[in-house]
Amino acid sequence: MPPATILSQVKEQFPETVLAGTEFAGEQILHVKGQHILTVLTALKADGYNFLADLTAIDNLTLGGFERFVVSYHLLCHQSAERLTVKAYIPEENPSMPSVESLWKTADWQEREVFDLYGIIFEGHPNLIRIMNPDDFDGYPLRKDYPRLGRKERDDFPVVDRGIQKKNRPQ
Amino acid sequence: MTRAIEQPLETDKLVLNFGPQHPSTHGTLRIIMELEGETVTKATPEIGYLHSGFEKLGEDLDFNQYITITDRMNYLSPLCNNVAYALAAEKLIGLEVSQRTEYIRVLMCELSRIADHLLNVGMLAVDLGAMTAFLYGFRLREDIYDLFEIATGTRLTTSYTLVGGLMRDIPEDYDKAVIKVLDEVVEGVDEIETLLTKNRIWQDRTKNIGVISKEDAISYGISGPMARASGIDWDIRVNEQPYSSYGDFDFDVAIALNGDVFDRYLVRMEEICQSVKICRQALEKMPEGDVIVDPGLGYSLPPKDEVYNSIEGLIYHFEVTMPNRGMTPPVGEAYVPTESPNGELGFYIVSDGNRTPYRVRTRPPSFMNYSIFSKLIEGHMLSDAPAILGSINIIAGELDR
Repeated sequence: MPPATILSQVKEQFPETVLAGTEFAGEQILHVKGQHILTVLTALKADGYNFLADLTAIDNLTLGGFERFVVSYHLLCHQSAERLTVKAYIPEENPSMPSVESLWKTADWQEREVFDLYGIIFEGHPNLIRIMNPDDFDGYPLRKDYPRLGRKERDDFPVVDRGIQKKNRPQ
Repeated sequence: MTRAIEQPLETDKLVLNFGPQHPSTHGTLRIIMELEGETVTKATPEIGYLHSGFEKLGEDLDFNQYITITDRMNYLSPLCNNVAYALAAEKLIGLEVSQRTEYIRVLMCELSRIADHLLNVGMLAVDLGAMTAFLYGFRLREDIYDLFEIATGTRLTTSYTLVGGLMRDIPEDYDKAVIKVLDEVVEGVDEIETLLTKNRIWQDRTKNIGVISKEDAISYGISGPMARASGIDWDIRVNEQPYSSYGDFDFDVAIALNGDVFDRYLVRMEEICQSVKICRQALEKMPEGDVIVDPGLGYSLPPKDEVYNSIEGLIYHFEVTMPNRGMTPPVGEAYVPTESPNGELGFYIVSDGNRTPYRVRTRPPSFMNYSIFSKLIEGHMLSDAPAILGSINIIAGELDR
């Protein structure tokens, strides 16, 4: 089934969930509400989109959009060789949405990465801990309000004085 | 009365740190293994030791500057990364590159695929104790790197592509140098196959080790040679809309059915032969033309002669390079999947219309391929860990980004 047909079908099936369906540079994009992502993706998987190629997030702070955070799912149908992008929007106050780990095991690590870098919480994820940064890391680096120049980290870095008291240091 | 020897010998659970500096991890990654005797009962991979924030950095660099960062991701086949990123940016902007550009890109991608697979097979061999195959593979890879040096000026950090074309054309008589190396590759691959494929020890160490079923491969998002070794007939160069004129070339897709380490090795060896075929065709059919889009479009730098000798050239040069000017891509997003030596390498660029991308995401094949590791190693011996790790071909730079 071509993606355009799938889009209109999904729109009919979930009228309250689907926010919009757009096309850019030949790619079909489906915009949905984040809370209902599991039902939408379950339906799409049953329609033949059997491969979750990529899962990532975007911070819409200055770009604008339906909500602050977007989680993008790039789906691939092996049978018809069609790709489809599903963008799930979640609000800033409560950045949480259902995990799709039950549909694809690859979502395990990819959701951990999104949690690590964006602070989006995936409900029902078996092991939602940081994957790239250390566990005691503070902040979510890929958010647009996280400074790019490393000020936050550098200022908070504890100074190791190796036992030499400041007053005893040679001037 | 039962003899003591018939009683199962219970041992304490031993927790072993594999890495981050273990030589067979080929990068900095750490695996916490729980052992019972020599059998691995549980393995927890710890990654992120090489996390360098490339995606955050990409939001601060313009489209052409970020190409230098893509070199550092998969440092065994940087040209594939360069091409994949350039394709994504061109799709976003809507640029059409010349056919010569596409053919040179195909040639470079396939040469890096040969180098990557040779290195991978060699590394797998040396981890399992076969030093000779490793040396054969490394010598051939060295020749291919010399070819990269002739064309791009560097061996590792090539940065060969630009958005809209290539940094420069291939030199004259390049085809003769490439064909000489390709002939050596064919011979070398034969030698490696003679050493390994029917070798009893090699088969014992690799057959039925780390078997991935077809369903698992799809569920874990595995792509590339690993997926094809599990019987998934899927190659982005063939099965999807062919990118970069791959449709013009005649080659086969290597597939195996068992999904173990041995099959992954076989698929990689066959892909080297197919890549040699593609390289020869690309050299034969190489069209004439420019290797960069028209500078008048505002996406590429004009030739240096024009910059120095004509006012238009100077204006175009400054239009691209000045900090408050530069490219003006449309607001939108593009995801381009490409078939890199490791699997599906995709770049996802979101643009808000500024000269720097709003978000650059890399879909790293190593990351998805590695996520199945803990499932593969369970129940195997500790000495199988290097075999499975080697067959996954993890590149830490791409894994952690």
